[in-house]
Amino acid sequence: MLPRVALFIPCFVDQVCPQVGVDMARVLRRIGCEIWFPEDQTCCGQPAFNTGYWQDARQLAARFLKVFDKAEVVVGPSGSCVAMVRKFYPELLHSTFGLEKFFEFSEFLLKYNMEDVGASFPHKVTVHDSCHANRELGIRQGPRKLLKNVRGLELIEMRDSDECCGFGGTFSVKFGAISAAMGDVKTGNAEQTQADFVTAVDPSCLMHIDGILRKKRSPMKTIHLASILASEAAQ
Amino acid sequence: MNPAREFLLNAAAKSVDLAHRKIIRKNMDHYEVRLAEGVARFADWEGARDVCSAIKDDAIEHLGDYLKQFEAKVKARGGVVFWAETAEEARDYVANLARDRGVKRVVKSKSMVTEEIHLTSALERAGCEVLETDLGEYIVQLRNEPPYHIVTPAMHLTRKEIYETFKEKLPGITTDEPVELVAAARRVMREFFFSAEMGISGANFLVADSGMIALTTNEGNARLGTALPRIHVVVTGIEKVVPKLSDLGILWPTLAGAATGQSLSAYNTLIGGPRRQNEVDGPEEFHVVLLDNGRTALLAESEQREALKCIRCGACLNNCPVYRQIGGHAYGTTYQGPIGSVLTPHFRGHDFDHLSYASSLCGACTAGCPVKIDLHHHLLRNRRNAVQNSRPLLERIAFRLFRWTMLSSARYTWFAGIGKKLATLLRGTAFDPLREWNRYRTPPQMPKKSFRQMWRDGDV
Repeated sequence: MLPRVALFIPCFVDQVCPQVGVDMARVLRRIGCEIWFPEDQTCCGQPAFNTGYWQDARQLAARFLKVFDKAEVVVGPSGSCVAMVRKFYPELLHSTFGLEKFFEFSEFLLKYNMEDVGASFPHKVTVHDSCHANRELGIRQGPRKLLKNVRGLELIEMRDSDECCGFGGTFSVKFGAISAAMGDVKTGNAEQTQADFVTAVDPSCLMHIDGILRKKRSPMKTIHLASILASEAAQ
Repeated sequence: MNPAREFLLNAAAKSVDLAHRKIIRKNMDHYEVRLAEGVARFADWEGARDVCSAIKDDAIEHLGDYLKQFEAKVKARGGVVFWAETAEEARDYVANLARDRGVKRVVKSKSMVTEEIHLTSALERAGCEVLETDLGEYIVQLRNEPPYHIVTPAMHLTRKEIYETFKEKLPGITTDEPVELVAAARRVMREFFFSAEMGISGANFLVADSGMIALTTNEGNARLGTALPRIHVVVTGIEKVVPKLSDLGILWPTLAGAATGQSLSAYNTLIGGPRRQNEVDGPEEFHVVLLDNGRTALLAESEQREALKCIRCGACLNNCPVYRQIGGHAYGTTYQGPIGSVLTPHFRGHDFDHLSYASSLCGACTAGCPVKIDLHHHLLRNRRNAVQNSRPLLERIAFRLFRWTMLSSARYTWFAGIGKKLATLLRGTAFDPLREWNRYRTPPQMPKKSFRQMWRDGDV
């Protein structure tokens, strides 16, 4: 029996790539979840926390947990934001109370054995392992399992798929040149696979990779895992 | 120029230096292959990391006791132990010793602590000729450069560059054949080994229960440099102590594995004091300088003291995607890469806070650390410390505003709308908030509606 799911739509997804949220919602509904969206949510506090403003982040974290107080299960399409909640809230709030119900999207699907969500995406795809998902939450094989069950999809691994793309939040602006050099390596590895798309479970990595790819005028496109899983064969 | 500004400019220059990036990438590719082989030799690499981590945890938790134990054993064998609180005290001790004993020539085996306290220039001021005997270290010494990497100091140089340096500094170099270059360096070093009155080494480990220093090299230079001269001086950080001789059974192979993928380094030496009666080899005098230089201050911070567990294997540098773009010299510090960024603000103060921010927090360093130091989380804690001490006023205001905005969904929605309009309006002007982004990347195409708007409109 699938639980009723509260959608965690990170501020960044809300504003910059809402389609990722829409696609996640579509997949969740398709597999039979009832979903709801706590409209009072804003930001989990990660930007403040990562920059060292823990006092500011602490207030946002407390507020965030309150917003999701009534939720049975919370699912978000961003490894980094979910890692903030599950991995860093304990350090910030000195408590793990109520954190176990938060899941990254691919994690949630696999927890409920939804390896095949009936998607169809007839393209070549390569995977970037988002750092926070991979190293904070241990999400590495899960997204690949899900992709292998997508009709028509050809998965091609890139070299060093687990090397950082260079985004790192404010890092990408404070140290723009280093960040871009990292992005250059990452997109170079992705392009070598000659895949049509690079996918990840973190929209912020994808925004960075996309920005570099487009600056290079590369034909390669980025797509969030949720959007691949939401795709269905043309009728 | 302040260190932060200097780092920013150096790092930016290195980031676009494709030739430089290619050299590091090639070395790191090589390292990755060797590391995989090295790790595969362990039946349980994760288990080895756990054991090493526990040994070093114990050592750090009882540092004072183990050091006293070590000191007593060394003294009993006729060695001298000097506790140096600052870099200056350590430098002066060694320089005065050299002066007192009429030392003219000094051979050094590779030691980052001597780099940390700038020992070579102090000895030169005391009238000594100082020679580095690790080949990589010798090459950077000839070039008047600091080491580029904790373990492989000349990693940034091509064979051609090394050839050019040798041709300029050494007589009779005619080809760039590695065999000839090494032979030329060896000729210089051999002469020094046999004529130097003082040999200086670091210590990979100080063994408390035996009063031994453990040295690891691949060239055997530490063995010659500590056995031939009549005075052996060990300069080391206090955090290098480990409880028992048997601990080396796991620490040595794990260090070698993480550093170079070897099962063991080629030469592993234990030294416990000066030459004893009836012994024919070894130095007449044996001094150990135990350097604090900020380490006890870090030890006092229970939350971050585990950074002192570092065994200087360099794995975090090799794994770090930032180091892989900018290399070791851009940091402007003795210890580079993730561990350097963790330690330097503690050792040298808030002028180096910027290093804690020069990370994407990807965690590759932590994943590779053989003693399981939680490196990237320490960078986060360093950032918190930086905010508690001093950060630019504008940044403080920005985050205060950020918090105020995000504490209300109405304010958040309003500001997000304004923000998007403003960004469009200012695009291309000097006030464009996305200017830094656009310099290196094309900005994302902004959607017409936010998710919450779509939800309200029934589009989801």
